[in-house]
Amino acid sequence: MKPAPFKYHAPRTTGDALRLLADNGDACVLAGGQSLMPMLNFRLLAPAHVIDLNRVPALAGIRVEQNVLHVGAMTRQGDLETSSVVRDAAPLLQAAVRQVGHRQTRNRGTLGGSLCHLDPAAELVTAAMAMDATLIAESAGGGTRRIPIAAWSAGYLTNALRPGEMLTAIEFPLWRGAQGHGFVEFARRKGDFAIIGVATLLAFDAAGTIARAAVAIGGCGPLPQRPAAVEQALIGQRPSAPLFKEAARLAATIEAHSDAHVRADYRRHLARVLTERALAEAANRVHDAGHGASQ
Amino acid sequence: MKDITTVRLTVNGEAVERAVESRVSLADFLRDDLRLTGTHLGCEHGVCGACTVLVDGKSARACLMLAVQADGAAVRTVEGLGTPENLNPLQRAMMEHHGLQCGFCTPGMLMTLTEFIEQRRDSPPPSEAEIREVLSGNICRCTGYQTIVDAVMAVLNPPDGAA
Ligand code: FES
Ligand code: FES
Repeated sequence: MKPAPFKYHAPRTTGDALRLLADNGDACVLAGGQSLMPMLNFRLLAPAHVIDLNRVPALAGIRVEQNVLHVGAMTRQGDLETSSVVRDAAPLLQAAVRQVGHRQTRNRGTLGGSLCHLDPAAELVTAAMAMDATLIAESAGGGTRRIPIAAWSAGYLTNALRPGEMLTAIEFPLWRGAQGHGFVEFARRKGDFAIIGVATLLAFDAAGTIARAAVAIGGCGPLPQRPAAVEQALIGQRPSAPLFKEAARLAATIEAHSDAHVRADYRRHLARVLTERALAEAANRVHDAGHGASQ
Repeated sequence: MKDITTVRLTVNGEAVERAVESRVSLADFLRDDLRLTGTHLGCEHGVCGACTVLVDGKSARACLMLAVQADGAAVRTVEGLGTPENLNPLQRAMMEHHGLQCGFCTPGMLMTLTEFIEQRRDSPPPSEAEIREVLSGNICRCTGYQTIVDAVMAVLNPPDGAA
């Protein structure tokens, strides 16, 4: 065995989980375990308490209500991948989750776990950024905080949760009408975190003009970026290859960092190339979405 | 102080009850406590897939699960497939197509593929690309994968139409 000793807790309800979190300062919340378990195995973390959420059924679930997709934090990535609700309401999320890890890790890995771990290039974070997701944080005693994804990062691999808070659900406001999505990433090996991943959403008016655009670029900082200049360049225009090329050129001006593996200029190069591809993808698969209530 | 829990589960259909320390992974529990050493450990951090087992029918990396988390579950390991004298069809196909050399990755490959084969009952035969996608979470240092893909193709696309 590799992790340092800890006390294990398996609450059955969200309330019990929150109380355990409030009562035990030095605790880690265990969701799917696909990032936390390696960190425990390496002893990068050695918490005194581990609070396992895998026996709290109320934390998982997928539903659409009033034009918002609600997903419980403990919903497995594999369930997002096969859900017909997600396919119809938020195909971008499904395109992104297909690129997360492997079948075995998606069987256990969760949406909330990925958002909380907050790897800079995590596909689900990039998709959530494009979709303007809202993260619901709860704490013992009934406290609830709604955190917009743009305010979710408190630094590299660090989310904005305060002590005693737990992510319980994620809301994705849905776009209406004719729209398309794109998700393209470049990773060294299938299933790795991307070096750069780009998520796009385009909505079109009756005349086929771009009415709304979202472009999220992951892998260039602690949180994916939404370059406003790129989105502005698209709105009011008709989709075309030259338009996407120009928008992608603007994407290459985003801030990027160098690390031991990848230089900043290569990241910017990838941001340009992948943005162009993800926009073309979005323009090529336009569908009409009227989101009523569904199960 | 050791944090010990009693777990009850089935492993390859047999009921098991054991006291286990919380920090013990499912993989170590299977190998050390139950002496089922067919489940291999390569990286112990979720990268190689050698430790893949089925938990309630779904593939999981046993190095990334605690044994206590399997309380109440039905776990299946490579020991629950065929026996050396009586290999199951997938194992036989792996042997016939040279789908293994050193065999280190093989238990994980077999469990991943067992889930895939069981889930796709009645679906049309898969493409090579689909099989490669399924195998993406299992690393093999020997075969180059083609022979493993060939074995799965042979099992799921039997030439005479018999399955
Ligand atoms: S030993 Fe579990 S994935 Fe490598
Ligand atoms: S047969 Fe040797 S690692 Fe796959």
